[in-house]
Amino acid sequence: MIEVRNIHYSVGPLKLIENVSFDVQPGELLAIIGANGAGKSTLLKLLCKEIAPTEGKIYLREQPIETYKLDVLAKFRAVLAQINTLSVSFKVHELVMMGRYPHFVNKPGEEDVQIVKTVMEETGITGFANRDYNTLSGGEQQRVQLARVIAQIYGQPKGLLFLDEPTNGLDLLYQQQILSLARGLANRGYCVVSILHDINFASRYADKVMILKKGKRIAFGVPREVVTSENIHEAFNIQVRLFHDEEFKCPLVIPSMALSEQTTIK
Amino acid sequence: MKSYTLILTVLLVLLIAACALSVCVGAVKISASELGSIIAHRCGLNTSVNFTSQQEAVLLNIRLPRVLLGAAVGGTLAIAGSALQGLFRNPLAEPGLIGISSGASLFAVMVIVLEQRYVSFLTMTLGYHALAIAAFIGACITTFAVYRLAVGNGKADITTLLLAGIAINALAGSFTGLLTYMATDEQLRNITFWTLGSLGGASWKTLTGILPFVSITLVVLPFFSKSLNALALGESQAGHIGINVNVLKRLIIVMATLGVGASVAVSGMIGFVGLVIPHILRMAFSADHRLVIPGSALLGASVLVLADLVARTIFAPAELPIGILTAIIGAPVFIYIILIERRKRGGIF
Repeated sequence: MIEVRNIHYSVGPLKLIENVSFDVQPGELLAIIGANGAGKSTLLKLLCKEIAPTEGKIYLREQPIETYKLDVLAKFRAVLAQINTLSVSFKVHELVMMGRYPHFVNKPGEEDVQIVKTVMEETGITGFANRDYNTLSGGEQQRVQLARVIAQIYGQPKGLLFLDEPTNGLDLLYQQQILSLARGLANRGYCVVSILHDINFASRYADKVMILKKGKRIAFGVPREVVTSENIHEAFNIQVRLFHDEEFKCPLVIPSMALSEQTTIK
Repeated sequence: MKSYTLILTVLLVLLIAACALSVCVGAVKISASELGSIIAHRCGLNTSVNFTSQQEAVLLNIRLPRVLLGAAVGGTLAIAGSALQGLFRNPLAEPGLIGISSGASLFAVMVIVLEQRYVSFLTMTLGYHALAIAAFIGACITTFAVYRLAVGNGKADITTLLLAGIAINALAGSFTGLLTYMATDEQLRNITFWTLGSLGGASWKTLTGILPFVSITLVVLPFFSKSLNALALGESQAGHIGINVNVLKRLIIVMATLGVGASVAVSGMIGFVGLVIPHILRMAFSADHRLVIPGSALLGASVLVLADLVARTIFAPAELPIGILTAIIGAPVFIYIILIERRKRGGIF
């Protein structure tokens, strides 16, 4: 469904992405993790066709990404950006309807109205459908934006969903809600790629995890194989301890004390 | 969607009422029944004549072109303002921001001041319309310069566009200042008059002159409503739902420049219409551009028609420049909107 083959992306002498390849199958949730500046957002922009790779190929649904027009792409691929501000105020249901924009010319059809209704119920935002978006809390706004991108590819077989740190700034409950929604979509056959900060959330919800460091892929695979203290140390330059719990398919990652802290305590 | 149609219908009725009122009031009074029978007579429906030929002449040759010109200019200024506010994602955007007005005034002032010495060939070949044509060309040149400055890698960056607008406006303003300094007393009066705006030059000829430009703007801009809604989410977000933001920017700027350039060329600078009208609609109903864009055209047209009615009757037989009037009404309305918005956001009133 998504095939990335040896892509490079550089701005002048700066190499932001170097020789990254990976595949994502329908029904899979891929989590991308890595330190700040590792190239996660750049990689997502490449997947969204916002920027073009300097070298290498990206295929979406077996076709090279550059052959798609923006409006065609928008019918089966939705993106939730990291920062979402609204310049003028819209009602929540109007905003979710914007997800359906690629599917109608001027007036939404009955199907669009129905989809918006269903998606708002599934994401639990029906209660504030008529509220002004700008009056909502951060967590509510994020769920509304997620509802908008789900509405965009709702009912699209083999739809693609890209999420850029969807849980940023949210409390634990909302983080869990957002990720279980993403998980649910993957279970329905969507292909979900998400940048995540929390390694434990990543390994809990993702089928595969990719770790980036300075634009390079340093690990890619199922969480159990990828989330090791060596990999985490290499990617984030911190010492971690792994805890094994029977309920989880992979170990929990807890940062151990930094060296400087240990010495001051002594 | 249903309620939008209703609101737009009400605004259309308001516009027709404003036009009807405006053609009837003035030095030569025309009553509603007289207006009706003049129209019926012209359409060949009614042969009975209960109006004077003077009334008919005033209506057809003076009032009607002026009212229609007012509607065309007001509608264009407001629709361009609403589209630019959407494009810039900034409620303070208006046609002047991207250099349309400053370019038009620079070229207009140039024609007024340098006419006798350097550009007399212009007035000789173009006659009375030299000023309007120069103003239109000036609007297009400055807007193009602003746009070129902001384009890098084939993309126009909105923040750079705003900054380039400020810079080019300042440059055009300084040259206008220089020319004003060189101007004679009579030229100064002309400059002042032009800068304050007026629909006094209205005739069927001016109306048909600007009609091709303003009608393109008025007809095409509403088609961008959905894209502008999407743009409210952000530029890349709009791209993600299939909007080609670069093409959108270029088209809206071209549309605004054509329409507003032509309007400014025949009516001078009329401020606040492009800025305030979209705000009124957004505050009263919805920020949805599918309402705000066509609604701005209708409301802007009504407001300018009524403003012109006041401008030409309040100190009759003298005429108040309409730009003064729109600023006197527009600025307090704008302040009121700011206060309401602040209260909505939970500020202390």
